[in-house]
Amino acid sequence: MPWPWRRLARNRLSFAALGAILVVTVAALLAPWLAPYDPDEPDAAAALASISVRHPLGTDLYGRDQLSRLIHAGRVDLLVALSATAIALTLGATLGAGAGYRGGWVDHLVMRGVDAVMAFPAFILALAITAALGNSTANVVAAIALTHVPIYTRLIRGEMLKARETEYAEAARTVGNRPHQIVLYHLFPNCVPPLIVQATLAMGFAILTVAALSFIGLGIQPPQSEWGQMTAEGAGYVVSGEWWLVLFPGLAIMLTVLAFNLVGDTLRDLLDPRMRGVR
Amino acid sequence: MSELLQVHNLTVHFATEDGLVEAVDSVSFSVRPREILGVVGESGSGKSVTAHALLRLIRPPGRIVRGEIRFEGADLLALPEEQMGEVRGARIALVFQSPRTALNPVLTVGGQIARLYELHQHVSRAEAWRRTIEMLTLVGIAEPARRARQYAHQLSGGMCQRVMIAMAIASSPRLLIADEPTTGLDVSIAAQILDLLRGLGRRTGASIVLITHDLGLVAEACDRVAVMHAGQLVEIADVRTLFKRPLHPYTQALVRSIPRIDREVAMEPIPGAVPSLLAPAPGCRYADRCARVLPVCRLERPMLRAAEVNHEVACHAVEVDSGAAVR
Amino acid sequence: MALLSVEGLVKHFPLGGARAWLDRLGGQAPRSVRAVDGVSFAVAPGETLGLVGESGCGKSTVARSILRLVEPTAGRVIFGDVDLTALSAEPLRRQRRNLQMVFQDPTASLNPRLSVGRTVQEPLQRHTTLGAGERRARVAEVLAQVGLGAELVDRYPHELSGGQRQRVNIARAIATRPRFVVLDEPTSALDVSIRVRAILLLDELRSTLGMTYLFISHDLASVKYLAHRVAVMYLGTIVEEASTAELFTRPLHPYTRALLSAVPVPDPDRRHARIVLAGEVPSPIDILGGCRLRGRCPLAQPVCAEPVTLRAVAPAHRVACHLV
Repeated sequence: MPWPWRRLARNRLSFAALGAILVVTVAALLAPWLAPYDPDEPDAAAALASISVRHPLGTDLYGRDQLSRLIHAGRVDLLVALSATAIALTLGATLGAGAGYRGGWVDHLVMRGVDAVMAFPAFILALAITAALGNSTANVVAAIALTHVPIYTRLIRGEMLKARETEYAEAARTVGNRPHQIVLYHLFPNCVPPLIVQATLAMGFAILTVAALSFIGLGIQPPQSEWGQMTAEGAGYVVSGEWWLVLFPGLAIMLTVLAFNLVGDTLRDLLDPRMRGVR
Repeated sequence: MSELLQVHNLTVHFATEDGLVEAVDSVSFSVRPREILGVVGESGSGKSVTAHALLRLIRPPGRIVRGEIRFEGADLLALPEEQMGEVRGARIALVFQSPRTALNPVLTVGGQIARLYELHQHVSRAEAWRRTIEMLTLVGIAEPARRARQYAHQLSGGMCQRVMIAMAIASSPRLLIADEPTTGLDVSIAAQILDLLRGLGRRTGASIVLITHDLGLVAEACDRVAVMHAGQLVEIADVRTLFKRPLHPYTQALVRSIPRIDREVAMEPIPGAVPSLLAPAPGCRYADRCARVLPVCRLERPMLRAAEVNHEVACHAVEVDSGAAVR
Repeated sequence: MALLSVEGLVKHFPLGGARAWLDRLGGQAPRSVRAVDGVSFAVAPGETLGLVGESGCGKSTVARSILRLVEPTAGRVIFGDVDLTALSAEPLRRQRRNLQMVFQDPTASLNPRLSVGRTVQEPLQRHTTLGAGERRARVAEVLAQVGLGAELVDRYPHELSGGQRQRVNIARAIATRPRFVVLDEPTSALDVSIRVRAILLLDELRSTLGMTYLFISHDLASVKYLAHRVAVMYLGTIVEEASTAELFTRPLHPYTRALLSAVPVPDPDRRHARIVLAGEVPSPIDILGGCRLRGRCPLAQPVCAEPVTLRAVAPAHRVACHLV
């Protein structure tokens, strides 16, 4: 379906948000070529230097260029958030669709599982899992994914319950579709729009969770840079005046999460055929 | 002034994103005391908008552009809002379409009616409730005391409509406007509701404006009929005259098109479609669908003129005919 | 030989809740909504059988039971020489090529995310081996037959008017050239002026494509135009069945007569006395024995407490009434 640039451009804020996400994504992809310095390379002579032409975002205690570290950190953050969201979405949507369409004991089983997971505060759960499994990137992804699955499951199940009762679902059956075809071609596509908004919001949450975990020392370990971990380090320097160490990673987190939140609604509208031809 | 209500050149426009929709275009008619006037037309003909305009219920982006609505000696369009509030509900009442959705779902139906009594007639709660039960009996609801304590979703469509009618006549209005009161109801229930309205009209002496798309209803219940097309009033006549000698091409086409059970009729659909009311062409809005269209029809809007006693038509072709006859 | 034959169709919806649970504990069968309570009729090839009745009489449930969109509680549905009620899932699915339905709400019955072309070609995808190009050609052909331009193929339902949506609905139903089509109130949601066009279209399609219709409606005038024979339903059973001409000129069952007298006639000189049935339609849960109209019928006699059967009182005219 042709990408409706014109409609996107009309909503300037969303356009900016989408632009910001693109910038972050491209930067993350091209990190090795984009970053001016090796993020782990120390330079004792330039330690704790403020922003300058040579080091646009300053340097840290070891003289490592903050801009390079920020770009490489973005890679990790995005990768983790994206993988966690993708896994949670796939798993959650499948569970939710199955539960919603079949009903009965399948529904009960899935929903009680969801209730169990949701009984824990999401961050505490992610924390517990990471602490238990060990501080690796993969474990962080798994932890975040697990805490997000219930959201998608409930969402899709609710939408499926509605879609199942519609007259077009009945028509799909009358026309000769088999049950799996009804779910795949008719019901599921109509359940997707809320999913999209939720997924973009969840991306923002995922980034915050990774950052928070690293902030308290779990999850991503140094020397691998990560926005949360950089913010944690930088926080210690605020009093002594090296403001750049906390500001830029903090801003990176904030702006990226904000961009995801803003783009969600627009993305959903773009993919809705009903919005075609509507101002 | 023997008429209860006189409407002159009522014009209502809606300023939408796509442009100006001229929903009602210079509509003039009158309602006599103790009569039932039918207003008939397809959807989009402007009949509901006219009804709402009579009670000044048009909200932005809608606007009553011009016109005069004389009721009991005063021009309703010139009244201050406070006085209009006293007219609405008390002197002129409106029965809405879709009764179940027009009733408040979280209040009991009896409660809704009783509130009206408390507000308009300043009586105590107990007295209001007593009158409510009386009114429910009057509109034909069995076991009124039990029903009054129920909610809208517990009543059938027909009963909801009776409740709406009860609310409308609670203050004994002089004019009752019923907007598609039987749409969505089963045939036998619709018949009962219609009988109820007629009976109430006779009993209280109120006049009724019955808005509908169903010519059968109009033939059963009305004394006079006004036909609307695309926001314009095209014909208004005594009911027998309208069915026996319809003059406007649209009325004729309408009568020929409806399926009926009393005789064999080849249902002929009306050619063309209702024109868009967005920046409509000048002249008669039926021109593109009319078998008798003349060049002047597209230039000048035909005026409502008397063709015979109690029969007015807005049509150039008809005028030409009558002119020729005189000659 | 009838094309479709319905024998003793029953559909009960058991009530849930605490009351039902208690009933079961006490050894009684739980109460249910007896939507269809023993309906039998036959439709000959090429004819249109009208099924009329007011809300709650069970006509929509009959339609859905015939197509097994809802599983009948009891009874048989014979289509041609196949017993539909005995088929398993896949053979039943294959039969759908010949048994289609036009739904009441043209907006709700079209998937809002699918284009017109995609919706109409789906039955062809499921039941034929036509290639993509052949399917496209067939879709264009069908759209033309229902009076829609080929340019609408890529439009979405929200871009069409109500009348156009209903035509898409019809197009989808006739795409596989089915032998039998159930029309479930196909014009009720349409504007009055469009209704006439839809009825005329359906009639034309039936004769051109040689289809057989079950026309369900509460609009008696449309039924009179389109149907060859009419069956009147009340509270889950058929109370009268006759040819259209016969039913409208010589209705025998008190309910039929009351129903016909309630239809407004656009002729001010024919304001006739209405036959009024007392009260409202009773609930289909607690149905008393004997004739179902008993509590409301102006002609009720003691004999009406006995169960009544649908029997022939004249050639091709069946009535379920003791007093006829």
